[in-house]
Amino acid sequence: MPPLPVVLPLAMAVVVFLAPSKVWRPRLVAATAAAHLAATLAALRHPGEVSPAAWLRLDAPGRLLLAVVSVLFLACAVYSVGYLSYRVERANRRFCACMLATLGSMSLVAYAQHLGLLWVALEATTLGTAPLIYFNRTARSIEATWKYLVISSVGIALALMGSFFIGYAALLGGREASLLFGDLLASAPSLSKPWLRAGFTLLVVGYGAKLGLAPMHTWKPDAYGEAPGVVGAVLAGGLTSCALFALLRFAQITAAAGEGLFANRLLVGMGLASMGVAAALMLGQRDLKRMLAYSSVEQMGLLALASGLGAAASFATLFHLVNNALGKGVLFLTVGNLHRAFGGKTTAEVHGALRRLPLSGYLFLFGLFAVTGAPPFGAFLSELLILEAAFDARRFLVGGLYLAFLMLAFAGMGATSLAALQGRPPRSARDSTYRDSFTTFAPALALLALVLLFGIHLPAPVRALISDAAAALAVGR
Amino acid sequence: MTSLLQSLVAALLLVNLVALGTSRIATVVRAVALQGVLLGVLAVAAHGGVTPRVVALAVASAFLKGWLIPVILFRALRQVGIRLEVEPSLGLLPSLLLGAFATVAAVAAGGRLPAAETRLAPLLIPASLATVASGFILLTTRRKAINQVLGYLVLENGIFIFGLLLVEAMPFLVEAGVLLDLFVGIFVLSIIIHHISREFATLDTRELSLLKE
Repeated sequence: MPPLPVVLPLAMAVVVFLAPSKVWRPRLVAATAAAHLAATLAALRHPGEVSPAAWLRLDAPGRLLLAVVSVLFLACAVYSVGYLSYRVERANRRFCACMLATLGSMSLVAYAQHLGLLWVALEATTLGTAPLIYFNRTARSIEATWKYLVISSVGIALALMGSFFIGYAALLGGREASLLFGDLLASAPSLSKPWLRAGFTLLVVGYGAKLGLAPMHTWKPDAYGEAPGVVGAVLAGGLTSCALFALLRFAQITAAAGEGLFANRLLVGMGLASMGVAAALMLGQRDLKRMLAYSSVEQMGLLALASGLGAAASFATLFHLVNNALGKGVLFLTVGNLHRAFGGKTTAEVHGALRRLPLSGYLFLFGLFAVTGAPPFGAFLSELLILEAAFDARRFLVGGLYLAFLMLAFAGMGATSLAALQGRPPRSARDSTYRDSFTTFAPALALLALVLLFGIHLPAPVRALISDAAAALAVGR
Repeated sequence: MTSLLQSLVAALLLVNLVALGTSRIATVVRAVALQGVLLGVLAVAAHGGVTPRVVALAVASAFLKGWLIPVILFRALRQVGIRLEVEPSLGLLPSLLLGAFATVAAVAAGGRLPAAETRLAPLLIPASLATVASGFILLTTRRKAINQVLGYLVLENGIFIFGLLLVEAMPFLVEAGVLLDLFVGIFVLSIIIHHISREFATLDTRELSLLKE
């Protein structure tokens, strides 16, 4: 019996696709998301007896990923009820079905224990989100979808090649060829080194394209910029977390095979490059959504770098992943509100957001602090822990560059956002009819409350969830 | 058996070069379809024995890549009614030469990597690397959106060849999932192609330049 968090959304995607009512479809999505969270909590509490040889198994890292995805998706689903009721003129059949299909495939990523199955699930998340980016049906959104599909598909094809290489490395190891992560990890020392290195490099390039690591980041500002805000939240918080998990699993196998130095160098190098490129492109950025996309590139770089610091930064990496996923949710959901109220998303059109839309405006402001790592939000702690891990490993240059890029990004994001938030709203925006409603601000508020809570006091169950996952991923590193 | 394998691999590599050196899109689609069918035969030949799994995989792959995907692509071609030349940004001859060079390099590099056995690996590893390289050349040097899809298909074919070395270790469900993802991907891409031609009145991806810094 396949697990409920995977089956439920996929089955409901079909139901929603067949449902005739435009009004009820988003509500069904929200109800499914709530049921998914309930099923996730049940799965966390009673993992159940599953043989370790199973392809579908919720191990400690999978539990954390599933929880993050489920919470973020519930917020997005509730938000899309309000969003789609504002966009009644649009057909929402495909949008709703694809949202649920994406949730199902993200859950499959959390469960997948076989490297081929993991690939299938990740590719499914790419395909599921493509129609979402294209929701607005403008020339710009087609262009964005095309770039997203081509770059992500080619990237993920390279990741398949990399997975095959690692499978072949296992075959050469002479052991009973099994491509389950547990077996690969156990037999890591016997893996053929040249194939493993080549495979891991392809995986970093391939899944790195999906993460948006420089220089494969070019699709990201286009896709995030043209997609509805709620889709941006799913992409920046959910899909990136899934791809990073895949990368972490392969980094662990590579390290366990004795090639840890090679893997870590690759990750730290790509991470620093992404942070640098993103910080540079954020300065002077006038488009709010593109700015958030570059912030995502920067955060993914940060996470890749942290993954390259090895076992010492394992907890910090995962803690930051949680903070980033929820924080990005706050920002993308509220930027969608600003976009609709002002009829634009650049600082030329959006100013005085705090006066025009006080709720969304202040949520955006605090979300900005949460994502850039200002105290007392959770990201402040996790970024500090990562810095500490870098300095403890006596990697002062890495730590120094990391700090410099973070500050640059903060300055770039701050300048753009303040220009949008302060001042007097233009006349056209004052006259527009858009108002904040409960469903469009409450989900962002809830996510913000979570990142704030994590920064002030990390609840024991959440801490256990993160540290169990960190411990499982640190074995062999 | 080995001579059959050798001829199949040689045919696959020739198709790569045909795809790189042809000016008519329809010919490229047919070449890629032929490559799909050849892959199906290769899957059976590579495994000597005719097990139900290998046959199912071969038939599914030949059906999908040799018939269904070409049908979708031809439909997309008809719908958008584009001019049928390839319009490469790198000339046909240079890209053909590049492809030939990549094939030689793949054979040289494939020989240096450690192999598990001596029957399949010395043939399939270079063939896979050369096909992946050809796919990349198609992807990066062609301007029309549909050619990029064809490049992606050739790239995927190269990966499929490598996957044949792992067919014992790869569960059938995963193989089926890979094929399904490929199909859905091509399907979605062909829909987008249709919309590109409607919105931009061209399939030239250089026109897709509204979004930039």
